[in-house]
Amino acid sequence: MTDLLEVRDLSVSFVTSRGPVPVLDGVSLSVREGEVVGLVGESGSGKSVTALSILGLLGEQGRVDAGQIRLDGRDLLPLPEREWLRVRGRQIAMVFQEPMTSLNPLFPVGFQVAEVLEEHLGLGRREALARAVELFRDVGIPDPERRVRDHPHQLSGGMRQRVMIAMAMACRPRLLIGDEPTTALDVTIQAQILALLRDLGRAAGTAVLLISHDLGVVAAMASRVVVMYAGQVVEEAPARELFREPRHPYTRLLLAVVPGVREKRARLSAIAGSIPAPSALPVGCRFHPRCPDAIPLCREAAPTLDPHGPERRVRCWRAAELADGVRL
Amino acid sequence: MSGSQSLTPLLSVEGLVREFRVGAGVLRAVDDVTFHVDPGETLGLVGESGCGKTTVGRLVLRLLPATAGRIVFDGRDVTDVPERQLREFRRAVQVVFQDPYSSLNPRLTVRDIVGEPLRNFGATRRAAAARVGELLDTVGLPPGYMMRYPHAFSGGQRQRIGIARALALGPRLLVCDEAVSSLDVSVQAQVLNLLADLQRQLGLALLFISHNLAVVRHVSHRVAVMYLGQLVEIAPEAALFDHPRHPYTRALLAAVPEAGPDAVPPAVLPGEIPSPLDPPAGCRFQTRCPRAEARCRAAEPPLTEEQPGRWVRCYFPEPEPSRRTA
Repeated sequence: MTDLLEVRDLSVSFVTSRGPVPVLDGVSLSVREGEVVGLVGESGSGKSVTALSILGLLGEQGRVDAGQIRLDGRDLLPLPEREWLRVRGRQIAMVFQEPMTSLNPLFPVGFQVAEVLEEHLGLGRREALARAVELFRDVGIPDPERRVRDHPHQLSGGMRQRVMIAMAMACRPRLLIGDEPTTALDVTIQAQILALLRDLGRAAGTAVLLISHDLGVVAAMASRVVVMYAGQVVEEAPARELFREPRHPYTRLLLAVVPGVREKRARLSAIAGSIPAPSALPVGCRFHPRCPDAIPLCREAAPTLDPHGPERRVRCWRAAELADGVRL
Repeated sequence: MSGSQSLTPLLSVEGLVREFRVGAGVLRAVDDVTFHVDPGETLGLVGESGCGKTTVGRLVLRLLPATAGRIVFDGRDVTDVPERQLREFRRAVQVVFQDPYSSLNPRLTVRDIVGEPLRNFGATRRAAAARVGELLDTVGLPPGYMMRYPHAFSGGQRQRIGIARALALGPRLLVCDEAVSSLDVSVQAQVLNLLADLQRQLGLALLFISHNLAVVRHVSHRVAVMYLGQLVEIAPEAALFDHPRHPYTRALLAAVPEAGPDAVPPAVLPGEIPSPLDPPAGCRFQTRCPRAEARCRAAEPPLTEEQPGRWVRCYFPEPEPSRRTA
């Protein structure tokens, strides 16, 4: 069976006054029908650029240097803009981190959702607005008949994010990309929104690509996890396996540096150094300057993303060797 | 672990109130808040939007005047003291802000940024520069970086610069307002470890304000939880996180998703956080509380010391687990 979404060897750079700066290097990932995949990384990892690429939203300065983005087997990258318009919002939808900047402050929120239905499904205004009320109800907005007339500033952060989800789900997309959809929300509201994403996704058969720096969010939602660092995928595995036995040193450290609510550790492990700038990437493995397990080979040769078992890939020369000593 | 009751608190806040006039109404951002911080200890202050924790920080720093209540620092009532009499207070109580990008003047060198408090207190240029070098070293940055401008540094490094600046005058209390919230997790740990080291070395007390419960757990000796302007629970760290007694604290902790092979979707507390402009009558949490009863709607429960050092604002707090191995 073809994957719903297949990103294959995607390389992207940004054009700057100082020349092209590479931001994605040979990124491959896939999402199956109805699956929830977590994409984890810190700043500069390229996770947001990956999401924008999938939606053809790189903008003037973004350049795809290589690779394919296949939806149901069809490569989207060569499509002209008018074809992209039929994919965006219809087949693939996205929810961003800051609902206040994604929603037009001048128009009522119901109108903004109705707009999507009119545009993609050809509904008339009245029908679209009625459907918007239903969508508001589906996403748990109380008193939806009144709320559709509100402007974004009249709603709380959690409510605005529900509106964004209603907008994204309006056309029952095949894939929903959430780029840090709950990062700006309070923790009790985050729990509500995560539950909503999960329930809606399941009910509509929509696959979800959930991008987050928060490992807890990803652990709670995803069945598979992809970890990115400095523009590359460094590890990919089923969620349970990744958290039980992370194989890439970066993944392992990432899990060790995050404090837990359930249990207090004496001292947090820290990762020395900082994330490299895309214009100043280290030679060899991009993580080696910060890696406690680096050997001379790591400085000289960039490791490839290798399979480790049927469902796991790791980009590390020492992954197999270190696996024997790993425990959490 | 410090925080023993026999010490005189370094900071004591009593019945603190801060109101804002909003349109025709009044918003009580901070409503009758009482707590203390002992020398050398960290009090974590947590809560969600509208809880008032940031406003408490500003009040303690005397960046905002209080509407009512008292702030006592090192035995001296500083609530209404005019600014010109606050010199020693300003030296002793410093702040680290959330945003490493807006809290450093982009037009000043690191030397001038970190040295500014020293110059304000009469240090010569040379003496200030020497001290800046020491401070940068203390926070793990090469002293040679002092001639650079903020834009040359990463977020984590800028936060270290902010900490160096806060340490310049040898404060006794550091108010950290979401000090690590804007940092990547790999950098966050570095800064948290630094704060812990500094606390140990310098005997610093910390008022650590954050919405991130895991971070607060990690740094705090005691924790205070706020909801809609009020304190709802105060307890030592382990007690609060392992046996929360207020229903809101329990819900808050249950809502945090944890990374792990057996992770489950976090428990959902339904309902919106009410607007602070129009808080619910009676107990403010009753609109979302799974255990709310008529009594809760009728009258606001007082903050009660259920056991020494454990305060809860609830008519039906979760009972203490029976101790068999105490």
